[in-house]
Amino acid sequence: MIDANLMIENFPSFLGGGSGEAVLSTSDGLILTLELLFYSLLGGLALSIPLGLMRVSRNRLVSGAVWLYTYVFRGTPMLVQLFIIYYGLSQFEAVRESWAWTYLQEAYFCALLAFTLNTAAYTTEIIAGQIRNTHWGEIEAAKAMGMSKWLMMRRIVIPAALRRALPAYSNEVVMMLQGTSIAGLVTLADVTGVARRIYSDTYMPFEPFLMAGLIYLAFTFLFVWLFKLAEKRWLAYLAPRKH
Amino acid sequence: MFLQGYLPSILEGAALTLEVAAASLVVSVVLGLIGAMFKMAHSRALVWSAELYSTVVRGVPDLVWMFLLFFGGQMLINDVAERFGLGAPEINPMIAGVLTIGFIFGAYMTETFRGAIMSVPKGQMEAGAAYGMSPLRVFFRITAPQMVRFALPSFSNNWLVLVKSTALVSVIGLNDMMYKADTAKSITQEPFTVYMVVAAIYLLITTVSIVALNAMNKRYSTGVRESEL
Repeated sequence: MIDANLMIENFPSFLGGGSGEAVLSTSDGLILTLELLFYSLLGGLALSIPLGLMRVSRNRLVSGAVWLYTYVFRGTPMLVQLFIIYYGLSQFEAVRESWAWTYLQEAYFCALLAFTLNTAAYTTEIIAGQIRNTHWGEIEAAKAMGMSKWLMMRRIVIPAALRRALPAYSNEVVMMLQGTSIAGLVTLADVTGVARRIYSDTYMPFEPFLMAGLIYLAFTFLFVWLFKLAEKRWLAYLAPRKH
Repeated sequence: MFLQGYLPSILEGAALTLEVAAASLVVSVVLGLIGAMFKMAHSRALVWSAELYSTVVRGVPDLVWMFLLFFGGQMLINDVAERFGLGAPEINPMIAGVLTIGFIFGAYMTETFRGAIMSVPKGQMEAGAAYGMSPLRVFFRITAPQMVRFALPSFSNNWLVLVKSTALVSVIGLNDMMYKADTAKSITQEPFTVYMVVAAIYLLITTVSIVALNAMNKRYSTGVRESEL
C-alpha cells in the first residue's frame, strides 16, 4: 500500500532541494526547519538569561513585568502568537509604513520572531527556576570572597544555573523542534510544509507524512542523545556516585 | 460594533475548542492508564509496545500526526469501503481531531501515570491483594485514589499543553476558535483584534485551569506534610 518509490523520489525535497517561496531563506525542507529551530533557540537563549535575572529580581515591578510576559506567551498557543505577528500586525498603518514592514511581511521573519519570543518565555522560567535553586552556601562563599553582585552572578550563579537547566532545556529544544512544524501554516515549506505539498500533488497521505514524521523522530533522538552527552560533561557532579 | 458582531461566532468556536479539549483529555487519560499498565506489566511484549508508543508519539509533531491520521485514515477507510463495494463514509473531523489529540497526549499521560503509580508505596497494593481483592479492584480502590496526588502536577502540565494543541484542529476542518477567527479576520479586516481576542480566550482557559488544578492539588494533598526550606 505504501509506495516506497514515492518516498525515495521525494526525499531530496525534504532535505531542501526544491524551489521555495521563502525569500530570506536559502532552502526548504529540513534545512528550513533546522534554520528556524537554531536561530530561534539562539535568540531565545540570549534573551532568556537577562530576562531570567530580571525575573528573580527583588524589584516587584521588574520581576512582575517579566512574569506577565512569560505568563502570556506560555498561556497561549504558539500558532496564535504566529498569526498575531504574521496577519495581525498588518492591521496598523503605522506598522505598514515603518521600516520594519520589509521584514514583517515576510513569513520567514515572522515565524522566527514568534518562535524566538515563545521559546524565550519558556527558557526564562527554566533559568529563573535554576537561579532560585542556587545553594545559599555558594552565594555566601562568593560574598565572603568579596565578589561584587555582578561578578557573583557572572562567575557563580549563572554558570551553575545554566548547567542545572540542561535537562529541562533539552525538553524545550525537543518541543521547539516539533513546534516549528506550524511554519507550514504561514506558507513556509519546512519539513511539514514539504510533506503537505507532496500530499496535495499526489493525494498520497502516508508516504509524505510518514517521511516527515521519521525525520522529526530522528532529530528528536539526536537532540536527546546530544543533551545526554552534555549532561554527562557538565552535570557530572550531580550524578549518583559510582563507587 | 466590536468586530462587526463576529465576537459571538468566535465564542461559539471557543465552546467547540473546549469540547475538543475535554473529549481528548478523556481519550488521553484512558490511553495513558492502559499505557502505564502495559509499561508495568510482566510481559516483555506489552512493556515494549508501550515504550514504542510513548517514544514515537512524543517524537513527532502533533501537526504531522493530525495530517497522517486524518488524511491517512480517510484513505484507509476509502480503500476498505471500496474492497467491500460500499460507499466510503467521510471521517467526522470532530472525532478525528479528538482521537488524534487523545492519541498524542495518551503518550504523555502514560509517563505521568507510570511515575504516579510507582510513587504509591508497594505495601498498599500488597495489603489490598492480601485482603483478597482482585487486581482490578486493588487498582480502583487502593492505587487510583492515592496516585492522584503524584499524578496531578504532571497531569496539569499535560492539560495545559493539550489545550494549546487544540489550536491546530482547524487544519483538518473543525470549526473551532481558530477557524472562526480566520473567517472573522477576512471579513472584518481586523486580524490583530481578532487574534488578540483568541489569545485572550486561550489565556482565560489556561488561567481558570491553573486555579482549578491548584485547588485540586491542595485537596488531594490534605494530610501530607510538606517540607519547608
